[in-house]
Amino acid sequence: MSSPILKLIAQRIALGVLLLLAVSVLIFAGTQILPGDVAQSILGQSATPESLANLRAELGLNEPAYVRYFTWLGGILTGDLGTALSSGQDIATSIGGRLWNTLFLAFWAAVVSIPLAISLGLLAVRYRNGWVDKLISGLALASTSFPEFFIGYLLVYFFAVKWQLFPGISTVYDGMPFLARMQAIALPAAVLTLVVLAHMMRMTRAAILNVMQSAYIETAELKGLSAIDVIRRHAFPNAIAPIINVVMLNLAFLIVGVVVVEVIFVYPGMGQYLVDHVAKRDVPVVQAVGLIFAAVYITLNIVADIGAIVANPRLRHPK
Amino acid sequence: MSNELDFLSRRVAQGKLSRRDFLGRATALGVSATFANSLLAGAARAEGPVKGGIIRAGLVGGESTNSLDPALFMTQVPFAFGKMWGEMIVELSPEGDLEPRIAEEIGSSDDAKVWTLKIRDGVEFHNGKTVTPEDVVATLERHSDENSKSGALGYMKGIERLKASGKEVIITLKEPNADLPYLLSDYHLIVQPNGGKDDADAGISAGPYKISINEPGVRHGGERFANYWQGDKMGHADQIEIIVINDATARTAALQGGQVNMINRVEPKIVDLIKRLPGVTIRNHSGPGHYVFIAHCNTAPFDNNDLRMALKLAMNREEMVDKILRGYGSVGNDFPINSAYPLFSDDIEQRTFDPEKAAFHYKKSGHDGTVLLRTSDVAFPGAVDAAQLYQQSCAKAGIKVEVKREPGDGYWSEVWNKQPFCTSYWGGRSTQDQMYSTAYLSTADWNDTRFLRPDFDKMVIAARAELDNDKRKAMYRDMAVIVRDEGGLILPMFNDFIDATGTGVAGWVDDPHQELMNGYALAKCWIEA
Repeated sequence: MSSPILKLIAQRIALGVLLLLAVSVLIFAGTQILPGDVAQSILGQSATPESLANLRAELGLNEPAYVRYFTWLGGILTGDLGTALSSGQDIATSIGGRLWNTLFLAFWAAVVSIPLAISLGLLAVRYRNGWVDKLISGLALASTSFPEFFIGYLLVYFFAVKWQLFPGISTVYDGMPFLARMQAIALPAAVLTLVVLAHMMRMTRAAILNVMQSAYIETAELKGLSAIDVIRRHAFPNAIAPIINVVMLNLAFLIVGVVVVEVIFVYPGMGQYLVDHVAKRDVPVVQAVGLIFAAVYITLNIVADIGAIVANPRLRHPK
Repeated sequence: MSNELDFLSRRVAQGKLSRRDFLGRATALGVSATFANSLLAGAARAEGPVKGGIIRAGLVGGESTNSLDPALFMTQVPFAFGKMWGEMIVELSPEGDLEPRIAEEIGSSDDAKVWTLKIRDGVEFHNGKTVTPEDVVATLERHSDENSKSGALGYMKGIERLKASGKEVIITLKEPNADLPYLLSDYHLIVQPNGGKDDADAGISAGPYKISINEPGVRHGGERFANYWQGDKMGHADQIEIIVINDATARTAALQGGQVNMINRVEPKIVDLIKRLPGVTIRNHSGPGHYVFIAHCNTAPFDNNDLRMALKLAMNREEMVDKILRGYGSVGNDFPINSAYPLFSDDIEQRTFDPEKAAFHYKKSGHDGTVLLRTSDVAFPGAVDAAQLYQQSCAKAGIKVEVKREPGDGYWSEVWNKQPFCTSYWGGRSTQDQMYSTAYLSTADWNDTRFLRPDFDKMVIAARAELDNDKRKAMYRDMAVIVRDEGGLILPMFNDFIDATGTGVAGWVDDPHQELMNGYALAKCWIEA
């Protein structure tokens, strides 16, 4: 690895950190404009002016906004996410288990969907415009076009209710045997796979087809390589950058965008946790989860950027 | 015929005949499947509970913000789980009587001001300690303290002094209250060691199950407590588990797929579909819960009783029960009490849809222009549809109603109890006094119809102190008529609780107080072999 590439990577990471800071300001500002304040939502119906004033003082809500922002940011940088207002539990501890569950589900959905999408994309290119291509594209687009809750209910109806192959509710817990856990997440992982499949598959297909127009592909064909070899050795490496981009985008979706799937399958992940706390106006939790989601998004985007740079000699050796 | 069926159902209960065969023979005898199933349940009960195994419920109403501190219970899952691990001072029986629990006997002075609870011997907490009168006193003290933020604080504030003496707890009230034993059955008042003052959310009490799993918003579980003081009556399964399933479709699917044995809150619009599923039994029964349209009696234009009367007469109650509850409920009569309450008078004339009379009162009120009704999906299931039906029935009486749909988020803080006319619901209370004290006293925080009537307040307080049940019943009748004819409450319907159980669940007894047999379904039911 040459030094310009290290410099590029360092630049990206610095930019990411800066972006994350900007996001933290936005999150903080956003939670400030939610209607009603925390003290009010904690006390609810029984709020009297005195108890409100006491609680506001206790929670430090009387400080100016920028002071509260820096206190909050300082806490996060030292690993202290604060305590949830509604239950008094330490946020970092309760998020830990939830985040792990979310990552577990996302990981297995990705393990299935990414290779599947890319190989289907390659296949579609190989038999482009034929019935194989049309079938793959049609099915993938159909599965993406259905809303995820519909696919979820459909799978539950057939696999959980009719044939009783998999459980319809995916409650997982600490100390659950690995196989039982895999069985529990089978249906939500399948839904997620179906939802993200088409996007990645279509992008793979488009990116490779784009490259297939190039002169060197024709050369490769003329020197007698088989169609699959042409795609594998010449087209795919040159199309990898946009593919990495779309894969990362979908990975991010698998982590931060699964609230609906979590609700349908009663999966104890981050999405459900966030929704519960938004409803309770539990601002510290909302801020913490928001920041984690933003961090995931930004990190995956940096990875995509770096991946694209590493895969592309023109970006690796800028003039 | 019935002799043969009796014989057959006993054979099934003894395991000598399969359920399917029984149903087949019963049908051959010309009996409907529903009736045959109910016969089976009866026989199973007579045969006695099956001990052991695990029984599961999939319930709506749990959040990751739930705590084990009984003072903070609000939604269905903490409520139902609390009944599993907690033990009460007294409880309401399914028949509506008082059932002694930790208090063996309850007595009062003649003026209903000083009450004596005799504490039962030998009831054990899950931590091995014995329940003492001091624990009961400490529990009541904690719930009377403002800082506990207890859901029972409203009534506990009426306690002046608490004292433990020997085996007894003596409660002195600020004002006489004949209903005190009923108030003590409030689900927040779980007896904890030292009243939970040391560790409010430790989850230790003397109920039939010890907590083994507590993952708020995900699942809760318990193991049978071997030293439970009435283990012959409750706690049949070795383990119980509550899985939080807030999505209605997922709940139904879990019941169908056999992952849970019972679910709560089946939506009326899908009851008829679920009823047809093999193995599933719908358990619906009436309760004190009701759906309401509430107008502030002190805010124009609703400060005019003729306008309120017009709005009441323009309500088509039958249609509401039919279309909004799909028949799973009963018509209301504009006062918040029905037969689920003790001392209910059923001879008050039922108000019916009368557009002409409504038009008459509307004209008399002199109101002109539209009436703004706020509603939202969260007010009660089908509230927006109900508001539109009401708009149409009002139109027949010449009353123009404008329906404004408000966002569900913030409805309870910004619209309910703030805006002059909106839709809402009440879960009901266990006594008439509690219901009127919570929402119809001038001083009540939740007086959501702004019903400010000193004469009515006096009646509430007088009835509270009356120990003679006949006199009390007459007083409650008078109060009901006042609310019905002069209040701001339009009460078109009382909703049924609709639970459902899966294959083999036996021991179900309808309980009018709350859903899931007043929360006891997991402890009182068992799974047939």
